Amino acid sequence: MISRLGRWAGGVLEELGRVAVFAGRIVTVTFRPPLRAREFLDELFKAGVLSLLIICVSGLAVGMVLGLQGYNTLVRFGAANSLGAVVGLSLIREMGPVLTALLVTGRAGSAITAEIGAMKATEQLDGLRMMAVDPIDYVIRPKAWAMLVAMPLLSAMFIVTGIVGGYFVGVGLMGIDGGTFVSSLQNAVDFHDDVAGSILKSVIFGTLVGLISTYRGYTATPTSAGVSAATTSTVVLASVLVLIFDYFITALWGV
Amino acid sequence: MSYGHRPVLRGATCSFPRGAISVVLGGSGSGKSTILKLIGGLLRARSGRVMLGRQDISRLSESQLYEVRRQLGMMFQNGALLDSLSVLENLAFPLHEHSRLSRNEIVARVHERLSSVGLEDVDELMPRELSGGMVKRVALARALMQDPEVLLVDEPFSGLDPLSTKLIEALLVRINRTLGMTMIVVSHHIPSTMRMAGHVVLLLPGGVVEGNPATLRNSEDASVRRFLTEDTDASEQILAHTHEFEAGEYNPVRRRGAS
Repeated sequence: MISRLGRWAGGVLEELGRVAVFAGRIVTVTFRPPLRAREFLDELFKAGVLSLLIICVSGLAVGMVLGLQGYNTLVRFGAANSLGAVVGLSLIREMGPVLTALLVTGRAGSAITAEIGAMKATEQLDGLRMMAVDPIDYVIRPKAWAMLVAMPLLSAMFIVTGIVGGYFVGVGLMGIDGGTFVSSLQNAVDFHDDVAGSILKSVIFGTLVGLISTYRGYTATPTSAGVSAATTSTVVLASVLVLIFDYFITALWGV
Repeated sequence: MSYGHRPVLRGATCSFPRGAISVVLGGSGSGKSTILKLIGGLLRARSGRVMLGRQDISRLSESQLYEVRRQLGMMFQNGALLDSLSVLENLAFPLHEHSRLSRNEIVARVHERLSSVGLEDVDELMPRELSGGMVKRVALARALMQDPEVLLVDEPFSGLDPLSTKLIEALLVRINRTLGMTMIVVSHHIPSTMRMAGHVVLLLPGGVVEGNPATLRNSEDASVRRFLTEDTDASEQILAHTHEFEAGEYNPVRRRGAS
């Protein structure tokens, strides 16, 4: 039992070491020319623009639910006028970055793993190496950085559409005064404590999802079953780690 | 070298003469493609050496290998073309990365290479829009873009009809004769390979046998003779019914201003 546990811990440490080396290689090639701006913009489009619809629709729905639940709860305590603060703080501090990371993991993270895994299975990565081009530089770097940049932007979109959804329910359906909703939101949200913290979370989640999705694709077994398993593993691992990291960031930095 | 617990090429030693077409033959799983990957540094042997000229490349780091690979070209079994790029972009890619040629010069070079493998008007096509034979020819053209000293060719005839097989065979022979380029070809297709080979490396369960085709055909070892003749007869019958054709000219253009 103990030896099995030891082997498992050893395996986990070994894998963490490999991930660290992989991350180190991404950082190393990042500062090496060429910058590969075109590849980066392509990836930013795929991870960011193509995720916009799902992010906006989800943000709107979550904001509407928050508005409805928040109103029903607050009205019991005669605090319905604080709905703007409840919706805003919930979205900015917690739900925006976390739900965006989960949604982007499912949509773009899995696609990145599948694409890199398929490139490996069809020997495209070996083809690059034979042309004296490092796949980490040409394939991995633009994808990882695009994810890091796209995540805070998508999170901001999620939060904005969420607030619109909350405003629609609170003001449009429940009859709260529009000015009260907005001023409650404005007074409650602090840029340094809430907005900057939200951006920090998104950047960390973007790094995490970008690293896991590219690493899983790069180390996928080059078969259709292997690529499928790597894609599943990306979604599961990244989602769980986002939630765990969310707790620690909140506990350590009070975000 | 081993895949999991299955060792391949245990105790194997072979050589490939400079300037000749060497063909590696053997049964499935004998390690034919592994030899190419060892030479390209894509796989690392557990023990032993891989000498390229006088340099042992088996001990080089990945970044040192990138320098060595500039002397090598590889045509992969399924092409390994970048599927997000068009044919033009695929062929231009190595020159964009490693040369200082202008865009117009690169495009001109790409067209030259495409025409040398008998392809025209395919610039804008994506790899998924190409037939199997076209993929092989585009892959061959890409492998030649930097005029490598050694060309590694993995299963050039697999999945091709007899006509396309003859086309690829003619192209490889023409390139070798024109440039004197060293070629190492891995194939199951014995008739074509025996016609074009100057040197044959046979991976048999009992060990490696190498020599020129005529010597091996008349080998005293019955397993060598059987391996080389059984498939030949069947495949020659198929090829007898195909048409002859001319492959495009291959005109090597030396790299200018390469970094």
